[in-house]
Amino acid sequence: MNETAGIESASALRLTHLQRLEAESIHIMREVVAEADRPVMLYSIGKDSAVMLHLARKAFFPAPPPFPLLHVDTTWKFRAMYELREKAARAAGMELLVWRNPEARAKGINPFDHGALHTDLWKTEGLRQALDHYGFDAAFGGARRDEEKSRAKERIFSFRSANHRWDPKNQRPELWHLYNARKARGESIRVFPLSNWTELDIWQYIHLENIEIVPLYFAARRPTVERDGLILMVDDDRFRLRPGEVPVERSIRFRTLGCYPLTGAVESTAATLPDIIREMLLSPTSERQGRAIDKEAGSGSMEKKKQEGYF
Amino acid sequence: MHAPSYRPDALIGEDIETYLDRHRDKSLLRFITCGSVDDGKSTLIGRLLYDSKQIFEDQLASLEADSRRVGTQGENIDFALLVDGLAAEREQGITIDVAYRFFATDKRKFIVADTPGHEQYTRNMVTGASTADLAVILIDARKGVLTQTRRHSYLAHLIGIRRIVLAVNKMDLVGYGEAVFDRIVADYRAFAASIGIADFLAIPVSGLAGDNIAGPSGNMPWYSGPTLIGHLEAVPIDAEQGQRAPFRLPVQWVNRPDHAFRGFAGLIASGTVRPGDPVRVLPSGRTTTVARIVTLDGDLPQAVAGQSVTLTFADEIDCSRGCVIAAADAPPEVADQFEATIVWMADEEMLPGRPYWLKLGTQTVTASMQHPKYQVNVNTMEHLAAKTLELNAIGVANLSTDRPLVFEPYETSRDLGGFILIDKLSNATVGAGLLHFALRRSQNVHWQALDVTRERRAALKNQKPAVLWLTGLSGAGKSTIANLVEKKLARMNRHTFLLDGDNVRHGLNKDLGFTDADRVENIRRIGEVAKLMTDAGLIVVTAFISPFRAERRMVREMMAPGEFVEVFVDTPLAEAEARDVKGLYKKARAGELKNFTGIDSPYEPPEHPELRIDTTTMSPEQAADLIIERLIG
Repeated sequence: MNETAGIESASALRLTHLQRLEAESIHIMREVVAEADRPVMLYSIGKDSAVMLHLARKAFFPAPPPFPLLHVDTTWKFRAMYELREKAARAAGMELLVWRNPEARAKGINPFDHGALHTDLWKTEGLRQALDHYGFDAAFGGARRDEEKSRAKERIFSFRSANHRWDPKNQRPELWHLYNARKARGESIRVFPLSNWTELDIWQYIHLENIEIVPLYFAARRPTVERDGLILMVDDDRFRLRPGEVPVERSIRFRTLGCYPLTGAVESTAATLPDIIREMLLSPTSERQGRAIDKEAGSGSMEKKKQEGYF
Repeated sequence: MHAPSYRPDALIGEDIETYLDRHRDKSLLRFITCGSVDDGKSTLIGRLLYDSKQIFEDQLASLEADSRRVGTQGENIDFALLVDGLAAEREQGITIDVAYRFFATDKRKFIVADTPGHEQYTRNMVTGASTADLAVILIDARKGVLTQTRRHSYLAHLIGIRRIVLAVNKMDLVGYGEAVFDRIVADYRAFAASIGIADFLAIPVSGLAGDNIAGPSGNMPWYSGPTLIGHLEAVPIDAEQGQRAPFRLPVQWVNRPDHAFRGFAGLIASGTVRPGDPVRVLPSGRTTTVARIVTLDGDLPQAVAGQSVTLTFADEIDCSRGCVIAAADAPPEVADQFEATIVWMADEEMLPGRPYWLKLGTQTVTASMQHPKYQVNVNTMEHLAAKTLELNAIGVANLSTDRPLVFEPYETSRDLGGFILIDKLSNATVGAGLLHFALRRSQNVHWQALDVTRERRAALKNQKPAVLWLTGLSGAGKSTIANLVEKKLARMNRHTFLLDGDNVRHGLNKDLGFTDADRVENIRRIGEVAKLMTDAGLIVVTAFISPFRAERRMVREMMAPGEFVEVFVDTPLAEAEARDVKGLYKKARAGELKNFTGIDSPYEPPEHPELRIDTTTMSPEQAADLIIERLIG
């Protein structure tokens, strides 16, 4: 036994890129918990959130992660997402907070009638309300730098003014592993522990660590309609069919999950993680393509959303 | 447009499990690209992404559309558009910040820090370089080694990057000529040696045409070295070399879910650790042995540099955030005075003497810099005299901290030798620094323990020492009120001393002027004198404009709790100027007096003074009585 150990120590233990990414994310989360007054983890129930939550459990083990999960709900997520939400929070031993913008609720804002306003009110405005309501001063988000061009320049610790604005000209330089978490009262930080992960890294890690994700990522036969170039899933009876539309069973899966009336599926038979990864790698299109949100204003649209406080 | 569309690895389709196994075992290399827009840097990065198949069809379609609309490459794809991020920057056609890009080959995953080459952005390059193992320095083959090439190389070297690649770009525009390449490499070699860069690899490339990026170039048969990607796949990674250094774990967080468990969490900065290893906790120096390496996946038999772990100890010894757990027989140093290189990153200049937060590893302390010994001209590497450091300036200065720091020289450890400086009021990251060594006087000058204590001295005088700190504009009435206060206290048999702005500037501080830096030093010295006087048991009354919050706060922090009484002598500027007892406002308005507070130098009013005196409604007598009441009553 001792002899084997001696041989091991002679040659360096090579960390893989996933091990280094994992260590970095854990380090980031621990820094926030050590320095922030009231951190929270934004939990969107998607695959990135699943990885982030898993990393949080690793970071603070054997303690449960010392902060709550916050889901900014739009009431229009897939049913399967709501199911996993409860289960994942329970498994992690964490408090789950759900925020639904009361104003959007009162006005009956929905993705069928209100288009961009739906995202703006439920998500962007809802997030601001929730952070203000609970007084959170640091919020973990699962955004990655490889998702979109304007995110490539996002800091890991991203500062927001008291009214949640992001000012790309006024972000703090981040050197080495040193994060400056100091802020004035009212200001807050969005923290992105997955900044340096790519989509492939996320999938590979889910595979390797056996992390539970929403079944909608896996192909199955589901009721769908095709509309404006997107395949939409008829997830519940609130889905408004247009004249002439009849739900058709297709074998589909989702590359990204959001509000079901806004999220396009892909036709697929990929039913296992390796299948999904293969499909992703062979796919000629990038990840966010299925989301209507990026298409609104060309390539500057995500940046505008960020300045307004969207994650 | 003749771009081939995305063509993935055949193995993905044939045997995904094997592909995944291979991808899982990849290592990670972080590098930085340095050069300006003109050098074709964005094009080169776009090409790296493209050649390593990181560009999807929808991105390619939007790239082709953008190339036609705003591209600069005629009918060809403008790869630069792939990586220029923010809308404002795209309009200006320049990148202005650090952007991180990702690509992977069969052997490695890469994180590229992309930083601009503009002179005013030294800060961005230092930021991008701080996490990089390697730097790619771009040169335009038509232009050769430029001032900015020297600047980039100096900064990369300064920040500790030991692997430099010189990418001589745009070879297509010089007819792929070997002589051009050789001349540039010879020029660079001479320069590199002069600043201590021992080794570099030069590669002739064309980002636009793809020569020597992923595959060898048919256009340059005279070059037989590795391609750019080939080299990036093969260079050793710093993190792995760190495993051979002695063990260091800066403690981030103490994990105490219940009374039975107490774990110390952190990212291992260097070395290797196993259960049973003897360790020393610094700064206390106490020793114990490692009991367990705890993870969610079960205890580990060993952990190495670059891993985030939780350790438990065999003995209950004090250990908290900011401590460093180290190999017991090779601990790092502990000191409170250092020489450091400082890179200044804020619009507001560095002020010697001003206290800043200093964060190093997981330690946060208060630090203040002395006047820089010199500043480095990053274009010529000359040493220049400097009184302060401005945005993007790099200088060497001594600094002292209010508590001992566990550290290693930056040369030995980026994690325990690199620090950031944070403004105490704005909370902005205003500087970065590299610790070189501890000053010997820090180890040799000890506090002399005195037998007569400050309490004894105060008791003899039958009073509680205090500092009555009057702040306000010139002509606000500080000296008049201070004088009255002292007279009244003397009548009450109190032992006092009045420190007055003008008088101090005739003696102790006669070498100081009225620049921001000198004002900080002025107040620092007065603070130290006032502190000695309170140690002597005196009640000190001071009358200084003391315009900056940071310095008033610095003095407050020097004193024992409750001994500092900030009195804001609040006179509106118009009123003070109307009084103009010494005729100074008139001179300042006429431009004869520079840096005059309230005119061309700011006054930052106290936010929470112990006492505010409104001189428009209160006489000096009343003000003095109020202050004494606050002190005695």
